Amino acid sequence: MSEISSNIILVILVTSFATYLSRFLGVVSSEKIKETSKIFKWFNCIAYSVLAALIARMIVFPAGELSESDIFIRLFVVVASVVMFLFNKRNLVYPTVLSAILLALLNNYL
Amino acid sequence: MVNSKYFFKGFKLIKSLDSPALALGASFIAIGALLKNIGFNLEQSIFSTFLTYALPGSLVMAESFLVGASLINIFLAVWLVNTRLYPMTVSLMPLLLHKSQPRWKYYLSCHFIAVSAWLIMKGNYQSIGKKHRIDFWIGIGTGTWLIAIVSTIIGFLASDYLNKDMMIGLAIVNPVYFTCMMVGEMKNLQINLSIILGAILGPAFFFISPEWSILYGGVLAGTVAYFIGELK
Repeated sequence: MSEISSNIILVILVTSFATYLSRFLGVVSSEKIKETSKIFKWFNCIAYSVLAALIARMIVFPAGELSESDIFIRLFVVVASVVMFLFNKRNLVYPTVLSAILLALLNNYL
Repeated sequence: MVNSKYFFKGFKLIKSLDSPALALGASFIAIGALLKNIGFNLEQSIFSTFLTYALPGSLVMAESFLVGASLINIFLAVWLVNTRLYPMTVSLMPLLLHKSQPRWKYYLSCHFIAVSAWLIMKGNYQSIGKKHRIDFWIGIGTGTWLIAIVSTIIGFLASDYLNKDMMIGLAIVNPVYFTCMMVGEMKNLQINLSIILGAILGPAFFFISPEWSILYGGVLAGTVAYFIGELK
């Protein structure tokens, strides 16, 4: 195995370990937490808010390809997709397809 | 072992109308293409999605790898972006715990905790008796995980045919899909506030600390939402 490919394997293993760690510790903590308890409710709120924070950051301060598009175009695409989601019986297929096409078009022609 | 009736009930959810299959697939096609572009081979790309199965973590890995970050830096960066999986696990597993079920199922299936599977489970667990929820969850997890792996392969193989517009289009699918699913989950004051405050405070804290913004913003938002909800 060359040095680069063994390095890639190490990178993957380190990434997986860093990811599994939070899941594993979550299960360990869950053993003592009842679904009716206050601490469960609190963690539930935090889970949703951390997710919302992550998603908002991906849209407002993106990394990679998305950072080459304008923030107002991204916000417009997200809002348009959510409106479409709400008015189409909460079907997830249309808004996700629309968002990709809309962003590519607006990014080129605006 | 795993009750196949409930396993397939969960597994089949990936075919439903509000299925994450398409959005999840699009996101991992982008990951597959990205991994190829930074020099991974096909086996390594599959291995990566197989073992990590968390999109933001894979993105951070790719970025860190590109700039030649050390293993310890990669570990810290991925751990930070994926610590959200801790509250997600703690707010899911107690719903699935049942005395008659062996512990290994929980320690193995927590690997499936990622936004897609988590949101589907949160939206559907009440329709399943507590004893069988873990098998139902393993079905959902296996389904979404397989989509991610297959899409990584497609993205890797198709990367030469994906131009810049397509990559930008694929990149927005994931946040749009997550946003729609979150909006679909908004059904009580506490959750609504958690989501709205989190969406505001996450980016706001970016100005103070880019690396810690999700955790700081998220924990503060969730805690405020919790107390406001409890006061009502």
